[in-house]
Amino acid sequence: MKHLSERLERVKAAVLPRLNEAFGADQLDAFENRGELSLRVPRERLIELMSMLRDDPSLRFNLLKDVCVVDWFRRNDRFEVVYNLWSIPHNLRLRVKCFVEEKNPHVESVVGLWESANWYEREAYDMHGVIFDGHPDLRRMYLPEDFVDPSTGEPLYPLRKEFPMMGVPGSMPMPERN
Amino acid sequence: MNINSTATLERVTDIRQRKILSRIIDKDTMISVEGRDPLDNTMILNMGPQHPATHGVLRVLLRLDGETVEKCVPELGYLHRGYEKLAENITYHEFLPHTDRLDYLSPLANNVGYALAVEHAAGIEIPRRAMWIRTMIAELARISSHLMAMGAMAMDVGAVTMLLWTFREREKLYDIFERMCGARFTTSYTRVGGVANDFPPEIIPMIRAFIEEFPKHLRDFEGLINRNRIFIDRVSGVGYFSAEDAIRYGLTGPCLRGSGVAHDLRRDEPYLFYDELDFDVITYTGGDCLARYMVRGDEMKESLKIVRQLLEKIPDGPVMANDAKHVMPGKTEIYTKMEELISDFMLINYGTMPEPGESYFAIEGSKGELGFYIVADGTGHAYRMKIKSPSFCNLQALTPMCEGAMISDVVAIIGAIDPVMGEADK
Repeated sequence: MKHLSERLERVKAAVLPRLNEAFGADQLDAFENRGELSLRVPRERLIELMSMLRDDPSLRFNLLKDVCVVDWFRRNDRFEVVYNLWSIPHNLRLRVKCFVEEKNPHVESVVGLWESANWYEREAYDMHGVIFDGHPDLRRMYLPEDFVDPSTGEPLYPLRKEFPMMGVPGSMPMPERN
Repeated sequence: MNINSTATLERVTDIRQRKILSRIIDKDTMISVEGRDPLDNTMILNMGPQHPATHGVLRVLLRLDGETVEKCVPELGYLHRGYEKLAENITYHEFLPHTDRLDYLSPLANNVGYALAVEHAAGIEIPRRAMWIRTMIAELARISSHLMAMGAMAMDVGAVTMLLWTFREREKLYDIFERMCGARFTTSYTRVGGVANDFPPEIIPMIRAFIEEFPKHLRDFEGLINRNRIFIDRVSGVGYFSAEDAIRYGLTGPCLRGSGVAHDLRRDEPYLFYDELDFDVITYTGGDCLARYMVRGDEMKESLKIVRQLLEKIPDGPVMANDAKHVMPGKTEIYTKMEELISDFMLINYGTMPEPGESYFAIEGSKGELGFYIVADGTGHAYRMKIKSPSFCNLQALTPMCEGAMISDVVAIIGAIDPVMGEADK
């Protein structure tokens, strides 16, 4: 896969020196897999990194394509929030991730930087229960607002690993059978 | 009840009024009259989920001031089937038919995108013939999807003839798909490592015949619509979105290119054969519904150009990769050879197993960027699969586009965004 390694070299050359200079190499973990570059950043410095990625003239990651959450069930910092960025001026793709603890699943919202994050973050909240601080309208995206466990009254988040594949009986009101 | 006095009449009228009012005042359709001025009121209109112009089950709540839309709130989730949860529980091969049901107007392109994403995660190289077939079907799927989008948008603003004409051409494409893979609508044609079967011999002449006569029909469509005063007045300047806004709201596909941003993954991140083909990225700078409509029309011409170039260089060879670890063997080998039987058994039971790691692969679908983010943990099913669906991202722009527009513009705006709820709701 020659074009994959070329692509990786291009994004590494464009992103890493600039970010290491601004952030310090110890703050950012860079991973590469299948010709794609991911950066891991501490939760506190997410907004700082994101605004730099968006506004720095040599980076200009102006299109936020996706926000999603991966549930690492066994880890203490359980939720991994993944931002999928694209730079239209430089044709670069980059992923930024940060980890969120299970007990305190809060992360700063990026709606102020990219308007498109509005629905992505609502979907992530709906599916995993990660709360995005500063989001203007954090409602569930697909499921009804009262999607709760009927026995405990706790809200249910279906893409968490403990949610059963067949659903929780009684959590969704069904039409009555005649 | 006998009504024999004014008092009884008043009482009955009162009961009737109450009943009517209680019908109107529910949480979905509500009229709120504020203040004493009868003209100073806003009305909440519930559009959908069962509305013909919402292209499926999109529900939009509109607050109207007279005929002007003050606020627009789209509600999604009426077709939510939990595909991402399903993908975590079934093997990569088993998930393939579900990709048909994402964007059900271009199922072939979804199949291609998904198969490429799994191959990207597992590091499978596919033969050139399979790549050629995939490029071909992705472009044919784009034409069929754009035909539907054009026809539906024209019908939404009143030109019903257009829908009938585009459907007629789409049927010809669906006949080709039926010969190719046995299904018209839910095709499931690709496999991990190639495609299900080679093109039957009659397919190439059918495609040739289609691309010979399609430009004439395309000219007919343009003659009917593109200079039609009624159509132009309905869509020109409606739903304006500047290039900065389109980028800020994360649009992709014809909606982004209609705002003048030349971003097309076929050119910017070439996959399959696209770096060997000569085609243009269509952009219009209007940023309104008309521009998005024109982008689709011109993209069909570019797709025809691509199909024509593909027909000039048809590679020979197998259509499935030879990789016993990841790719299903052919039927005849399974029935005659022991090793293939074992390998088939293992693949059916445990699935293809990519190395642990994460990968993202996106194609330029007909609606925009269709991507699959796969987190593999070394087993036969994805640990997490995120479907980045273009309709979901594009629908986000509905709110800013509608606000300030007239109520009859809403259907034109939805038609120009061209959402498919199957993939917006996943």
